[in-house]
Amino acid sequence: MSDCLLEISGLRKFFGPVEVLKGVDFSMREGEVVSIIGSSGSGKTTMLRCINMLEEFQGGTIRLDGETIGYEETASGRKRKSETEIARQRALTGMAFQQFNLFPHMSAVENVMLGLVKVKKMGREEAREIALKWLERVGLAERAGHYPGQLSGGQQQRVAIARAIAMNPKLMLFDEVTSALDPELVGEVLQVIKDLAADGMSMLLVTHEMRFAYEVSSRVIFMNQGVIGEQGDPKVMFNAPQSERLAEFLKTSSFV
Amino acid sequence: MSDLLHFLDQIWLARYVILKGLGLTVSISALAIAAGSVLGILVGLSLTYGNILLRSVVRIYTDFVRGTPVLVLVLASFYILSAVGIDLNAFQAGVLALAVFCSSHVGEIVRGALQAIPKGQTEAAKAIGLTFRQTFVSVLWPQALRQMLPTWVNTAAEMVKASTLLSVIGVAELLLRTQEIISRNFMSLQFYFLAGLLYFVINYGIERFGKYVERKTAVPS
Ligand SMILES: Nc1ncnc2c1ncn2[C@@H]1O[C@H](COP(=O)(O)OP(=O)(O)O)[C@@H](O)[C@H]1O
Ligand SMILES: [Mg+2]
Repeated sequence: MSDCLLEISGLRKFFGPVEVLKGVDFSMREGEVVSIIGSSGSGKTTMLRCINMLEEFQGGTIRLDGETIGYEETASGRKRKSETEIARQRALTGMAFQQFNLFPHMSAVENVMLGLVKVKKMGREEAREIALKWLERVGLAERAGHYPGQLSGGQQQRVAIARAIAMNPKLMLFDEVTSALDPELVGEVLQVIKDLAADGMSMLLVTHEMRFAYEVSSRVIFMNQGVIGEQGDPKVMFNAPQSERLAEFLKTSSFV
Repeated sequence: MSDLLHFLDQIWLARYVILKGLGLTVSISALAIAAGSVLGILVGLSLTYGNILLRSVVRIYTDFVRGTPVLVLVLASFYILSAVGIDLNAFQAGVLALAVFCSSHVGEIVRGALQAIPKGQTEAAKAIGLTFRQTFVSVLWPQALRQMLPTWVNTAAEMVKASTLLSVIGVAELLLRTQEIISRNFMSLQFYFLAGLLYFVINYGIERFGKYVERKTAVPS
């Protein structure tokens, strides 16, 4: 399985005594677009956050582009990698959050530039050029100087996506990026993601937009109570769910 | 009318004494605010990011200082330190007491401002690969500074007021100078009023300056 971009095996995560991920096995190839669906609390967000080391995890391994993420096996057992190393590995993935999390004291272009300057050590001019290019890609070239407080939710989310993508990550993670948006702003954000998918960007996205998952994904995984319940081609899965659980979930979700 | 002329005349006579007192008040306050803020930032960082041991020690320090009247701090700094062999003159001891007082307040302000920043900010910074230090410098601190500016300005004004307490250990700041003048011309009402006016002017200046900086650094929205 060396052609895998992401390879998760036996991932287990506890919050205190509560086991939230109960042995997740999952892998995806470069260029794949995989959607994660499942009811609230099933562990979708937690899985993405483990991949980006925003959460610690207690068991299993995550390999990204040949690197073991977050932990290393030593003679004395499993050990967390150094913070510098983890910071470097985090830059291998880009993440877009439900709440955008733009830096409110920086303009749109500064938000996108920050990682380029600080992490990629680019000069400001080069960083600005790249940042502007990406803002243009998400349709916000003329908003480059605006601050987050001056942008709509949809625009903020597009800046946040540009900020993540500009770092040239191996894999993009999207966590319900349209859930906090007014309905009329959802479309513009989904369009940006579709464009990125069409460009061959590898992405793993948690979404409640079933129609979108159906259209954009090469594969869908259904999370259920901390494990992957079912996975496959969305056209097959949505039309002929294997498990009772998924059938139930699809019935209650917005997919028509 | 002649009363007023008499008052102005007395002010003119005492002008050097008043200016000296004013100068000392400003120096005491400025030094205490500067030292107290630097120390307070360290206190705030320790309270926010320190390990449990450091946090506990610093927590005891701030709670103790904040629970003690400033006058007691000033007296303790002057009398107790010299008793244990640390020889500070009245000015130094007074500034130290005020700086310590200031640091406990600034520490709380810094902690509050940092903790008020949504966790998503740190997570977004981490997600693009920033280290903790980079996150702090570029993302957290600039937001915390803006957030705490108004309260910090209040604290600065409080320090100016608290500087009057140094008169009890014989530091010839504005209040003590004023009392000196009054003991000579017996115009207590007028000269206390003048002193009050000067304190007001200093603090009004601080407040205006704070508002100015706030406007200058405001994030457009
Ligand atoms: N920081 C946390 N502390 C404790 N429990 C948490 C925390 N974050 C998530 N959980 C729990 O973990 C489970 C999975 O959460 P999450 O991954 O957010 O689910 P999903 O994204 O699928 O809705 C839920 O039961 C949730 O309550
Ligand atoms: Mg979630």
